[in-house]
Amino acid sequence: MANLTLVQAINLALVQEMEKDDRVLLLGEDIGINGGVFRVTEGLHKRFGEHRVVDTPLAESGIIGTSIGLAMAGLRPIPEIQFDGFLGPAYDQICSHAARMRTRTRGGLTVPLTIRVPVGGGIHAPELHSDSPENIYIHQPGLKVVMPSSPYDAKGLLIACIRDPDPCIFFEPKRIYRAFREEVPEDEYVLPIGKARTVCEGEEMTIVSWGASVVQCMQAIEKSEKSIELIDLRTLYPFDMDAVEASVNKTGRCVIVHEAPKTGGFGAEIAARIMERCFLHLEAPVQRVAGFDTIMPYYKLELEYLPDTERISLAIDELAAY
Amino acid sequence: MSSVTDPAPPATTGGRPLAERTSATPKQLQEWLRQMLLIREFEIRTMQAYQDKKIGGFCHIYIGQEAVAVGCTAAVQHADPIITAYRDHGHALARGMDPKYCMAEMFGRIGGCAKGKGGSMHMFDKPNNLFGGHGIVGAQTPLGTGLAFAKKYQDEVIEGGVNKHVTLCFLGDGALNQGGFYEAMNLASLFDIPVIFVVENNGYSMGTSIERGTSMSHRIIAKGEGCGLAGYEIEGMDVITVYEEMKKVADIARAESRPAMVDLRTYRFKGHSMSDPRKYRTRDEEEQWESGDPITRLRDAMIGGGLIDEEGFKDLNKAQKIAVREAITWAENSPEPDASELYTDVYVEKFGPYIGTSMPQIVTDAEGSR
Ligand SMILES: Cc1ncc(C[n+]2csc(CCOP(=O)(O)OP(=O)(O)O)c2C)c(N)n1
Ligand SMILES: [Mg+2]
Repeated sequence: MANLTLVQAINLALVQEMEKDDRVLLLGEDIGINGGVFRVTEGLHKRFGEHRVVDTPLAESGIIGTSIGLAMAGLRPIPEIQFDGFLGPAYDQICSHAARMRTRTRGGLTVPLTIRVPVGGGIHAPELHSDSPENIYIHQPGLKVVMPSSPYDAKGLLIACIRDPDPCIFFEPKRIYRAFREEVPEDEYVLPIGKARTVCEGEEMTIVSWGASVVQCMQAIEKSEKSIELIDLRTLYPFDMDAVEASVNKTGRCVIVHEAPKTGGFGAEIAARIMERCFLHLEAPVQRVAGFDTIMPYYKLELEYLPDTERISLAIDELAAY
Repeated sequence: MSSVTDPAPPATTGGRPLAERTSATPKQLQEWLRQMLLIREFEIRTMQAYQDKKIGGFCHIYIGQEAVAVGCTAAVQHADPIITAYRDHGHALARGMDPKYCMAEMFGRIGGCAKGKGGSMHMFDKPNNLFGGHGIVGAQTPLGTGLAFAKKYQDEVIEGGVNKHVTLCFLGDGALNQGGFYEAMNLASLFDIPVIFVVENNGYSMGTSIERGTSMSHRIIAKGEGCGLAGYEIEGMDVITVYEEMKKVADIARAESRPAMVDLRTYRFKGHSMSDPRKYRTRDEEEQWESGDPITRLRDAMIGGGLIDEEGFKDLNKAQKIAVREAITWAENSPEPDASELYTDVYVEKFGPYIGTSMPQIVTDAEGSR
């Protein structure tokens, strides 16, 4: 066991997978000699050399497209996109190619690719450096979308993504890159993709969340006198509806919390599923606490934008009183 | 056009008398010196404010590259659009933005040029035809083609005359590797659009040197030639050279309504952003470039030409320091945007909670004074 931050846990997962499997290689802007903008790949260039930790040109479309080619030919590339907003230039390659190759070749080819992307707000960065675009990729069939909320989960889920035969987007909530430490086993382990984690159990209400918002939810639950169950989805596609269903059937009330804008956010999908599956158990309408339908503002208003403990507490109280 | 040898340009201006080197008037030269001093002082204070946590987010300093923004801006007319990426404070000031709007933007205050909602990377000045300030590397290049297209369309289609404008689209050497740039060049060439892609070639894209990240790094104008763009290599550490050479390039682009690509060799004296220990380059290399400081070069040339003396230089510099100090005070006194500002400026029309758009102060001030 080691007491690691989320950044260190990811770094450890990369080291172990690279040692185990020569087909694993990393690509990205300044990930090698410089160790990446968030220092996630620190030390790997030295350890594995420039052929396996590749400093690329500043070209997201090229990085992802090339990685797809590498994966189609049987390797296990792990490209890094420096910030959520820079997925834009790579969108075409991800959604037009990576996601569709399996179907397009009628099962003939596969794209075992893991795209690492720091995601979300909370670090005083402006738009395009603080965005939460997960739902764009959840909506694209053919991709798996993962977002851990703790160092332990990060390591196990990243290893699962790397070994997964399909293309995965691994979103790393940058707000909690170094926010806290957690005991993480030194040995490799895999957490299954598609399985939620019950962070704490409760009877009166369910909160469903993912990424950095999970931490905000935990704080709101601590402050509340209600008995609240918190479910961290961990994997956004495929997602663990069984876990949500079981919890909501038990509690009859649900709040969904995410950073992305509310309209068309992934909370809407979960709410709809709850309607389909838990209708007769519901005591109140499903609530959402989310980002607003605006562009992520510059830092003075950042905390107004992000769902915080206060807004979550308010939703808890309203829902309990319904 | 003059070409340069790596890594550093000569520290002197070649020894020729000023009058032979430039058609610029003493007043113009004095103005360029003032602008460069203003940018330098502005950036020094910006770094301090960032360290004092008065500025958040990402912040990219222009020190070392002053001759590029100042010389290029001087080589075109005020009505000619300018667009750039995130290392944009110098362009804003050279284009005439009042430093108080620029500083307030970085401070995240309502008086900033984008109401304090954009920050360091998002300098806009509509009255001065500066179209940003954009954070996605290279994404401004098709926009530059579009701005130039619009000007040509106005001149030729709406007014039925000939093209009268040229657009300056700045990009870094790292941006050469973005696919959108090739689309922008191809379209501009195909449609005879008068846009000049000015590559501020400072040799690095974050920690990646141009040789490590860009093919044909010894001759990047080849990339434009592939699309039929005229290419020019210009030494970017001397404002007189930048002005003289860029003036020719701009005059041709305007008269012939053709795009061009310019490789402007320069150097950023500071790190990529405020958190960059610069481990990817040597102190030797930095010192070599620093010895060719664009401000010192113009000052020495002007002193040599009898256009300014030590005393006059000091006074000019002092005036810029005062201007920047005033800008900081103004920024500090400008209120933070109200939480309701979260919902404005998303759409023009009022609907739902997104209550439409009010003009930033920079625009209302300019309109009031015009
Ligand atoms: C599409 C995209 N990818 C990556 C980044 C992160 N990034 C910001 S600046 C930069 C380096 C750009 O270098 P260059 O174009 O040479 O400009 P300079 O910083 O030297 O002015 C990088 C990689 C970004 N903003 N946008
Ligand atoms: Mg550069």
